[in-house]
Amino acid sequence: MSKILIRGAQVLGGEAQDVLIDGETIAEVGTGLSAEGATVIEADGQILLPGLVDLHTHLREPGREDSETVLTGTRAAASGGYTAVFAMANTHPVADTAGVVEQVYRLGQEAGYCDVQPIGAVTVGLEGKKLAELGAMHDSAAGVTVFSDDGKCVDDAVIMRRALEYVKAFGGVVAQHAQEPRLTEGAQMNEGVVSAELGLGGWPAVAEESIIARDVLLAEHVGSRVHICHLSTAGSVEIVRWAKSRGIDVTAEVTPHHLLLTDELVRSYNPVYKVNPPLRTEKDVLALREALADGTIDIVATDHAPHPHEDKDCEWAAAAMGMVGLETALSVVQQTMVETGLLDWAGVAERMSFAPARIGRAKGHGRPVSAGEPANLTLVDPAYRGVVDPADFASRSRNTPYEGRELPGRVTHTFLRGRATVVDGKLA
Amino acid sequence: MMRHLISAADLTRDDAVQILDTAEEMARVADRPIKKLPTLRGRTICNLFFEDSTRTRISFEAAEKRLSADVINFAAKGSSVSKGESLKDTAQTLEAMGVDAVVIRHSASGAPYRLATSGWIDAPVINAGDGTHQHPTQALLDAFTMRRRLVGRDAGLGQDLAGKRITLVGDVLHSRVARSNVDLLHTLGAEVTLVAPPTLVPVGVETWPCDVSYDLDGVLPKSDAVMMLRVQRERMNAAFFPTEREYSRRYGLDGERMAKMPEHAIVMHPGPMVRGMEITAEVADSDRCTVVEQVTNGVSVRMAVLYLLLGGNESAVSHTRTEENK
Ligand SMILES: [Zn+2]
Repeated sequence: MSKILIRGAQVLGGEAQDVLIDGETIAEVGTGLSAEGATVIEADGQILLPGLVDLHTHLREPGREDSETVLTGTRAAASGGYTAVFAMANTHPVADTAGVVEQVYRLGQEAGYCDVQPIGAVTVGLEGKKLAELGAMHDSAAGVTVFSDDGKCVDDAVIMRRALEYVKAFGGVVAQHAQEPRLTEGAQMNEGVVSAELGLGGWPAVAEESIIARDVLLAEHVGSRVHICHLSTAGSVEIVRWAKSRGIDVTAEVTPHHLLLTDELVRSYNPVYKVNPPLRTEKDVLALREALADGTIDIVATDHAPHPHEDKDCEWAAAAMGMVGLETALSVVQQTMVETGLLDWAGVAERMSFAPARIGRAKGHGRPVSAGEPANLTLVDPAYRGVVDPADFASRSRNTPYEGRELPGRVTHTFLRGRATVVDGKLA
Repeated sequence: MMRHLISAADLTRDDAVQILDTAEEMARVADRPIKKLPTLRGRTICNLFFEDSTRTRISFEAAEKRLSADVINFAAKGSSVSKGESLKDTAQTLEAMGVDAVVIRHSASGAPYRLATSGWIDAPVINAGDGTHQHPTQALLDAFTMRRRLVGRDAGLGQDLAGKRITLVGDVLHSRVARSNVDLLHTLGAEVTLVAPPTLVPVGVETWPCDVSYDLDGVLPKSDAVMMLRVQRERMNAAFFPTEREYSRRYGLDGERMAKMPEHAIVMHPGPMVRGMEITAEVADSDRCTVVEQVTNGVSVRMAVLYLLLGGNESAVSHTRTEENK
């Protein structure tokens, strides 16, 4: 492999430096590095980040290849600056055996755009009744470390307790989709002022908060670590903050859309805004931003949820829940966190690369930008302004809530182990 | 006038009064030997019902026929929400057939709004009830009934319901009738109070332009009209209230309770009435109960809405219509 010199990039938003990539690794970081024998990328004014890691992606393969495949999803991920994604288990068949997780893992390696780390189901068929073969999935070639029934909540307290205990044997973590099922029967949107007016079934904040409260207490009781998926309410933030202050080993994620959008948008009845957990209120959005800034919420995860056009081009109640997010995540974080002064770029690197890699134990990702490390890197032009056009997406699905919105920032280059997957904003 | 009628909240005071005044004119047609106007001759209206409601459908159909429109009834039973494509497909079929207006009833809140705003169809859309969201023509016929009874048939022309105190009792949470009525009655200047057990009041109700009370007996003496909402027996199984008897005791309207209302006050019900739980036969059959009039008024109000959305500028009832109503 050839040498690449990234010249004058602000590493993690700091002083401009040169970074020399040689083969799969970073050879040197410094100033005035020699360009001899290297392809030069002039990166004036650009930010160099460790390759982004998404702990929560839906790739849909196997089973719903009309929405997304491992190939199209990882192309979307690379476009968004990601070098590793964790693929959720709610595929068809469900990723609840070593066979399925190995297949997904292998498809990721073959596609070559981004490392795909499969997430294993906690329970067989996501049914919440019987533990899946968690150990076998961990021992498989996929080396699963994160387990989740995402899309559904592990609502049985005993099953949740056992899962938390069981994965301790191999350093695993259970990622909980916190949604009390009885409290959210028929739920269509956040329960509150807007749902009252629109006559749509309410998804109350307490349905999320009560599960989080229970799970942090369970994690404390059995001495395990638990990860909370897509935290969406101000109350959830308070509970996680309390749990951390008490020393409980809990981590939490927030999605870009919960950092920017509110349930006021549902007034349009446009199903592009239908997502689970639902868009909440302005007060929640501000609390989530604060919590991400102060570290109560550890990471940003996309919950990239591709759906084909016909599943959204219908009345609200019939529409599928979810939004695509891989290609817009960094821009939304720049707008909501960096440009508001809540977070600097080093903070972005922590929440979108270092921490998610740590939580998921992703090898070779979320590493410092320094000599000898794997060259998983993302170069961002923060000055760029553009209007989101879903026609440009690499994802097979176009269900973005940002169509027609102006968002800042653009990923110009992504490198996966020294190989460019994105060059000048285009897939390589 | 607006292009569609999706929500009672979209109506201004003047829009609403204009509809009620026009409905009075339409009501006069019903008193004639030939109850028909040529106004919508040559226009095709589709009644698109994804949810059963014989009463509402027949009311719209009668209104359409009295205005000489051609009527297509489309009942998409059972297909409703499980596969969402059906609404769009059906809309596009109707568009291709050149319908001039669509009256839609749907079990999903927001379906008429989607139909009107998604570019699937160009024709005006009239909401005949969507999920637990809105039922604007029901609110209009209720307001029409109240104006006739509380202000007067002729005296009411041009008037709103300023200062009238209206109480809605029952399952507000699941009621599109309640939502539409709160919006419209507020626009017309009435003071609205909702009375229900707390389990049947939506979270977020505090932003609605009305009061909420859990105590029916306290509200009755201050009510000019009491509207009883339908309470489905299934709600009991979902633990919204303990037993039918307890519900009746606290929120049902019987003769004794009715006697606490002022002399002139009326009792309303959107029908069909289930005698027993929410209203006793004694109340339902009293001359203060307007259920039958509401049905009659429904046709007049729907004629007015169709005429105003579709009729353009010509006079609705050319030989009876006078200048000041134009
Ligand atoms: Zn989830």
